[in-house]
Amino acid sequence: MSVARHRAWLIVSTVLLGLGAAAAVSVRAEMPLAQRHSGYADLSPDSKKMQDDDAANPGMLWVLDGQALWNAKTGAANRACAECHNDSRASMKGVAARYPAFDTKLGRPVNLEERINLCRAERQQATPFAYESKELLALSAFVGKQSRGEPIAPLADERLKPFLEAGREQFSRNQGQLNLSCSQCHDDNWGKRLAGNIIPQAHPTGYPLYRLEWQALGSLQRRLRNCLIGMRAEPYDYGAPEYVSLELYLMWRARGLPIETPAVRP
Amino acid sequence: MASVLINVPAKAKRGEIITIKTLISHVMESGFRRSQLGVAIPRDIITSFVCNYNGEEIFQATLYPAIAANPFVAFDTIATESGTIAFTWRGDNGFSATDSANIIVV
Repeated sequence: MSVARHRAWLIVSTVLLGLGAAAAVSVRAEMPLAQRHSGYADLSPDSKKMQDDDAANPGMLWVLDGQALWNAKTGAANRACAECHNDSRASMKGVAARYPAFDTKLGRPVNLEERINLCRAERQQATPFAYESKELLALSAFVGKQSRGEPIAPLADERLKPFLEAGREQFSRNQGQLNLSCSQCHDDNWGKRLAGNIIPQAHPTGYPLYRLEWQALGSLQRRLRNCLIGMRAEPYDYGAPEYVSLELYLMWRARGLPIETPAVRP
Repeated sequence: MASVLINVPAKAKRGEIITIKTLISHVMESGFRRSQLGVAIPRDIITSFVCNYNGEEIFQATLYPAIAANPFVAFDTIATESGTIAFTWRGDNGFSATDSANIIVV
């Protein structure tokens, strides 16, 4: 190899190396684990009191409805959730802390709401609930509440990995007319104010949760739609796989933080 | 049937001040909003809340359109005797809900 040729090779490989380094840099550093806190810490004392007291937390109204649904026989199979799963306090403990989980039949991760609907369709032979319907929110709040205090523990499942990476990519991708990424607010600027509100770190610890602004319980997907509309991006439809992968990443990002369902937020 | 959450202490000393908390699920549609098509959404709110302690009225409230959905009402009273504390909510479109809790006063 001539000297000139050798030099050319060197330049090419240096450029390639540089590109590789640039790609590595564009993936943001994760927030240090010890720095993370639930949005609960940013609440006003009044809202904290509201969440802590089960007699004052309006989310508990949905939990109550969910309990009734859990025990009600339904569908062509005339079967109640309780008949298969027995005591929810034992069987559902920690479930909400590990979802979304991989569904072998569908070949993709499903979140808790989808899981409930799959159970409904397959085991109870009943019509699945509509997304964001009162019934689905009630059941997922009831199931979620059984994990209250349990640390978020995403499953170490190899099959989830590509979806987790897709979620991570979505989180750091600039989008919408405002050209914002989730990360710009929730990694780089949490704790500062956006208009009058404190920007939270975006850990999904308490979903479905009661938002005072909604005056109702809402799912994480509803919250994500809000965020997308806020950055003037077109929100995906309810149930879109994009939400589930984002949910998967958010749960991984919040690993170890305790579940608060049903939480209260402004 | 609306779901209701009530918190009344199960036991209290005679003469003790107790806090009673109630929460009821209701949309509390103010009547001032319009649908996306511009049609006025009719008012649908709870208009009154009454609490009876062994049949005697000890607290009542009139609710207006500015009250948030799922109204939370908390108040204090003096534990006088054992018995039943009953709650009644009434509202538009014939809305009515009742619930009660027992208290032992020693």
